[in-house]
Amino acid sequence: MFEAIKHNMETIVGVEIYPIISLLIFFIFFVVLGIWVSGYKKEAIEKMSDIPLND
Amino acid sequence: MKMEQFYYDNKIVKKFIYATILFGVVGMAVGLLLATMFLFPNLTDGISWLSFGRLRPLHTNAVIFAFVGNAFFAGMYYSMQRLLKARMYSDFLSNLHFWGWQLIIVAAAITLPMGFTSSKEYAELEWPIDIAITIIWVVMGINMIGTMIKRRERHLYVAIWFYLATFVTIAVLHIFNSLSLPVSFLKSYSVYAGVQDALVQWWYGHNAVAFFLTTPFLGLMYYFVPKAANRPVYSYRLSIIHFWSLIFIYIWAGPHHLLYSALPNWAQNLGVAFSIMLLAPSWGGMINGLLTLRGVWDKVRVEPVLKFFVVAITGYGMATFEGPMLSLKNVNAIAHFTDWIIAHVHVGALAWNGFMAFGMIYWLVPRMTKGKLFSTKLANVHFWLGTLGIIFYALPMYVAGFLQASMWKQFNPDGTLMYGNFLETVTQIIPMYWLRMFGGVLYIAGMLILVYNIYRTLRANEDIVDDFAEAPALVKISKNRLSGEKFHPWLERRPIQLTILATVAILIGGIIQIVPTIMVKSNIPTIAAVKPYTPLELQGRDIYIREGCVGCHSQQVRPFRSEVERYGPQSKAGEYVYDHPFLWGSKRTGPDLMRVGQKYNDNWHFNHMWDPQSISAGSIMPSYKWLFDNEAMDNSDIETKLRVMQKLGVPYTDAEVANARKAMAKQAQGIEDNLHADPDFVKSYENSKKVAAAKGEEFVPMSQREIVALISYLQRLGTDIKVKDNDKK
Repeated sequence: MFEAIKHNMETIVGVEIYPIISLLIFFIFFVVLGIWVSGYKKEAIEKMSDIPLND
Repeated sequence: MKMEQFYYDNKIVKKFIYATILFGVVGMAVGLLLATMFLFPNLTDGISWLSFGRLRPLHTNAVIFAFVGNAFFAGMYYSMQRLLKARMYSDFLSNLHFWGWQLIIVAAAITLPMGFTSSKEYAELEWPIDIAITIIWVVMGINMIGTMIKRRERHLYVAIWFYLATFVTIAVLHIFNSLSLPVSFLKSYSVYAGVQDALVQWWYGHNAVAFFLTTPFLGLMYYFVPKAANRPVYSYRLSIIHFWSLIFIYIWAGPHHLLYSALPNWAQNLGVAFSIMLLAPSWGGMINGLLTLRGVWDKVRVEPVLKFFVVAITGYGMATFEGPMLSLKNVNAIAHFTDWIIAHVHVGALAWNGFMAFGMIYWLVPRMTKGKLFSTKLANVHFWLGTLGIIFYALPMYVAGFLQASMWKQFNPDGTLMYGNFLETVTQIIPMYWLRMFGGVLYIAGMLILVYNIYRTLRANEDIVDDFAEAPALVKISKNRLSGEKFHPWLERRPIQLTILATVAILIGGIIQIVPTIMVKSNIPTIAAVKPYTPLELQGRDIYIREGCVGCHSQQVRPFRSEVERYGPQSKAGEYVYDHPFLWGSKRTGPDLMRVGQKYNDNWHFNHMWDPQSISAGSIMPSYKWLFDNEAMDNSDIETKLRVMQKLGVPYTDAEVANARKAMAKQAQGIEDNLHADPDFVKSYENSKKVAAAKGEEFVPMSQREIVALISYLQRLGTDIKVKDNDKK
C-alpha cells in the first residue's frame, strides 16, 4: 500500500539521522537508569518500599 | 517531634467506588447487548439510538472512561492521601473532579446514542465535551500536585509516579488528538485529514491504552497488592526501572497500529522494535507484582482479594505478551481487522482492569466501613464466574479471528477466492459469537454478585467516614540538593521536577512519532483525479459517521493479494487527502468499503439499507430504516460545513459553497430517478405517498431524505482512482 509515497520520507533532508538519534537516546536513557537504580543503599530501598505499609 | 492531626478524605473514595460499580454494570450491559446483536442483528430494529454503530462507542467509552476511570480515581484518592500522609489538597477540587467527570459521562451517554461523534476511536466525544474533559483533567492534576506539595512523607512512592505520568500524558494526547474545527454545537471536523489523521489517532489510541488503562492501574497495583499481601513490593529497584522504561518506551510503539500503511518503513519498523522491547518492562512489572506474594501464596487460596489480583496481573502479563506479538508484521497481517483484536483488548479490560478494580473494591469497602465483607463465599463465586467469563469470551474470539482471517486469505487452485462472498466467512464463526455472549453473561453475573455483596456489606457495617491520622510535618530542607545527596533521592522528593522529567521522557518518543506525522502531510502526492466530496456526498459521509458505520467497516485495502482480489486496488495515501476525519476503521465485521462505489446500483443500496437480510440472507448487518423516514434531511449547516472544510484546506470554491443546495438537489434527483428503475420501488413509493396523504402528513420526496445522501457517498467511495485506472487502459 502507498507505494506512491513510501520513498518520499526518504527524500527529507537528513532523515537518515533519525534512527541513529533514536538509538543514542535510547541507549543513554538505560545506562543512566541503570546507574541511578544501582546507586541506592539497601536501607533506603527498604524504607521506601515500606511506605504503603506504614499508613 | 510534634505530630499533626488530620483526616483522610474517605467520602470522595466512596463516591468514586459507587460510580465505578454503577458504570461498570452499565458498560458491561451495553457490551452484552452488542454481543447479542451479532446473533440477532435486528434486536433493536428501527430504534436509531439503540443501533449497533451508535452503541459500540458508548460501550468502549463507558468501560474505559467511566468504569476503569472511576476505579482509578477511587484507588488514587485512597492511596495517594495515605502515601503522602496528607488529606487531598482541596475538597472542593476533589468534588469538582468527581461531579465534573460524572457529568461528562452522562453527556457521553446522551450524545453518543444520538449520533454525535467524531468517529475517532476512544475519542468520539464532540468538542464541547472534549473541552470539559480537559478542564476536569487539569482540576484533578492541580489537586494531585497540590497534595504532593503539602505532604508529610518526604519520598514520593512509585505508585505516585505512575499517577503523575497518567495525568501528564493523557493531557498531551487528548489535546492533540481532539483538535478540530467546530461546525455547530455538537459537530466538528478533525483538523487532520486522511493519513495524518490516522497517525495522530493511533498515536493517541495506543497511548490512551498505555496511560489510561495501564499506568494508572500499575500505580494501584504497587499500592494495593502490597497492602493486601501485607508485605512490601518484591523489588523497589525493579519498580523504578519498570516505571521509567515503561513510560519511555510505550510512547514509541504507536505505529504498530498502522502496519502496511502510509508510514515510512523505518518508522513502522521502529514501532515494531519498540513494541518488542516493551515486553521487558511490562513483564518486569508483572513479575514484580506477582513476586510480591512470595511467602503468602497460602493466603491466595483463602483471600478473594488476592485471587482477583493474581488473575489481574496474569491477564496483564498475557495481554502485554500478546501485544508485541501482534505488532510483528506477519502476525498483524492475520490478526488486524479480526476478532483476535477483540479478544486481546478484552483480556486486558476484563482481566487486568476488571479484576484489579474488583479486588480493590473488595479490599476497600470492608476497611472503610470498619467491618468484614458480607460474604467471602459470594466473592469467591464472583471470582470463578468472572474467570470463566474471561475464558469463554477470549478463547472463542481467538478462534473466530484466526478462522476468519484464514478464510479471507484462502484461494482456490485457479486463483479465485475460496470464500469470495464475505458473508460466508461471517456465518462460519457465528457459533463463536454465541460462546462469547455466554462468556459475557458469566462476567456480568459476577459483577451483579459484587453489587449485592457490597450493598450488604455497606448495610451491615458502619457508615463511611473520614479516617483520623497523625504524622509529623516535614522538616523544611533545602530545595537544592543536600551535601552528599545524590540526584535521584533529590528528584524523588521534588514533585514538580519529577513531573517535568516524566513529561520529557514521554515527549521524546512522542516527538519522534509526531515529527514524521507532520512531515507526511506535505509529502502525500496529490492524485489529480481525487476531488473533494460533493455537498450531498459530504452529508452522506456525515450520516456514515453518525451511524458509526466505521465500527464494522474498514476503508483501507491492504497490499495483500487476497485483499486486492476481494476489494480492488490497494488504498493510496493520496485518496484520503480530503477525509476529515479519516474512516479507515479497525474491525471488519462487514467487508471493506474502500472501493464499494459503483459496485452495486443505487437500488441495491436502497434495499440493503432498508433490509440487509433481504439482499444477503444470513447477514448480521442491522437495518437503517430511520434514514428512510418521511422527513427532509437537515441541510441547515451545509454552507458552514463547506466553509469549515475550506478552512481546513479542502479546495471548495466560493461558487460551490453558494450553489451547494442547488448541486445537492440535482445530484439527489439523479439518484431518485435511478431508483425508479425498480418497479418494486415505484410501487411502494406510490403507496407511501397515499399513506402520507391519508394521515394528512406532508410527503417528502425521496431525494430529500437521508438515505439518498448516504447512497451518494457510498457510490463515490474509491471511484476517483477507478476513473484514473480506466483512463490508463
